Amino acid sequence: MINGVLAIYIFMLAAFTGYEVISRVPTILHTPLMSGSNFVHGIVLVGAMVALFNATTTLERVIGFVGVVLAAGNAVGGYVVTERMLEMFKSSGQKKSTGGHH
Amino acid sequence: MSVMTPEVAKWVIDAAYILVAFLFISGLKRMSSPVTARGGILWAGLGMVIATLVTFLGPLTGGVVAEQATTNFVLVIAAIAVGGAIAWWSGKRVAMTDMPQMIALYNGMGGGAAAAIAAVELYKGNENGVVFGALAVLGGLIGAVSFSGSSIAFGKLQGLIKKAFRFKGQQFVNILILAAAVVLGGLIATGTYASAAAVTAFFLAALLLGLTMTMPIGGADMPVVISLYNALTGLAVAFEGFVLSNAAMIIAGTVVGSAGTLLTQLMAKAMNRSLGNVLFSGFGDSGGAATGTVTGSQKAIEASDAGVMMAFAQKIIVVPGYGLAVAQAQHKVWELAQLLQNRGVTVKFAIHPVAGRMPGHMNVLLAEAGVPYDLIADLEEINAEFETADVALIIGANDVVNPVARNDKSSPIYGMPILNADKAKNVVVIKRGQGQGFSGIENALFYLDNTRMLYGDAQGAVNQLIQSVKSTG
Repeated sequence: MINGVLAIYIFMLAAFTGYEVISRVPTILHTPLMSGSNFVHGIVLVGAMVALFNATTTLERVIGFVGVVLAAGNAVGGYVVTERMLEMFKSSGQKKSTGGHH
Repeated sequence: MSVMTPEVAKWVIDAAYILVAFLFISGLKRMSSPVTARGGILWAGLGMVIATLVTFLGPLTGGVVAEQATTNFVLVIAAIAVGGAIAWWSGKRVAMTDMPQMIALYNGMGGGAAAAIAAVELYKGNENGVVFGALAVLGGLIGAVSFSGSSIAFGKLQGLIKKAFRFKGQQFVNILILAAAVVLGGLIATGTYASAAAVTAFFLAALLLGLTMTMPIGGADMPVVISLYNALTGLAVAFEGFVLSNAAMIIAGTVVGSAGTLLTQLMAKAMNRSLGNVLFSGFGDSGGAATGTVTGSQKAIEASDAGVMMAFAQKIIVVPGYGLAVAQAQHKVWELAQLLQNRGVTVKFAIHPVAGRMPGHMNVLLAEAGVPYDLIADLEEINAEFETADVALIIGANDVVNPVARNDKSSPIYGMPILNADKAKNVVVIKRGQGQGFSGIENALFYLDNTRMLYGDAQGAVNQLIQSVKSTG
């Protein structure tokens, strides 16, 4: 289990990491990156799964089921749209391979 | 499975989550450069698959009655199949121009899931102390707000909700709802009054807050709002991660929370508005008469004349906006640009940071059409060049080229950096009709002496321009 102080360390380091990862991003990638980070918080799926695995009453099952449906939608949908957007950067990148950008 | 003792199962899950956290962070890192971006989503996707698979070992770590475990196991698989299939189908089908609202929708689902986790924990009754309760409540509140707020944002961008809904004292009502949610949350977290009724009332208040917060916000501000809700969902996921002692959720949620906050600030800055301004003073509140004091008349031009003008120009700057996206005109525009280039005309594309419905939205569309990066300039790079341009061709853009942002202090968009298209020798505006832009603000550019309006949808109008340029010797 994760104790309180350790949890705060994780929180702090992860916050810095997120900030650093984004801070040098060119504008053209803002939308794909927003979409990509939207996909990453689809990790809520594992939490929803745990909640449903441990459900004991009908109410908990119903809410847990809805939670997993929503979370799976977040993860799968987030992946599909991000992948489709980034797909385009491949084609333009190849046409422009001599450019030496970035 | 006999070797899968509870201890081994736990160890496997923990070890896998470390790998997952690594894959997510390096995936996001790769997504921050156009060269490696495609690999980035694959890494993150792999992380998600691993995380999901090892979580199926969860029931083996003990604590669940056997018969319930089987039912729940089946329910989990069914729920993943349902949610995943719907999202896969909708994500594959959606047009590139509708991406912003799909991101809003999927983001709202994530927020809803975080709220659902909190609801399951809180309905169970809090036996783990105040800190645990507070984190569950906080994640539930943020997740529920993000869920209903993102749903409204989706409805607005999809055109399901047409009007910004405002009434006097709205901020006061919002604060009351927030206060009610916080008080109920406090009672639940401390265990003072944690009945099922209290939990239900708490979640209803949170859902209502997201609704009333988002309804008054104008469509032009939606990108910032979606980005904010994205960050909030990340934070909610992190809080529920603490509740479930799930390191993968804490790390991924927090990374998204901070990255999303930074992204939101960058967007708000690009519109020269503070986040508070976006959230608490919807467009229209500041300028009672959003129509403004623009005088003069709009002067129309035929596509054939505009085509000739462009064919004999030295330099043309194209300013694309949402109208281009709606009409799917990006391929036609690039065809026109190439035609002009072959005649020796210098063609550049000027992209406002918030053109379209999201920062970078136009870049994505132009990239889809195959426009090379070096022809696309952002606001700082290109603004000085408009004075040397013979024609500024505005395609479905409105607020981002409205000069009132520079000189009319009473305008709601006063102070927003704009593309100085009005400085070009001639301005040609392709626009569907004489109506106002998304923000409902009259555009002074359309009434200038050097501006000509080419009415029609972007696809058709650009097609006519292509014919005109082709027939010009």
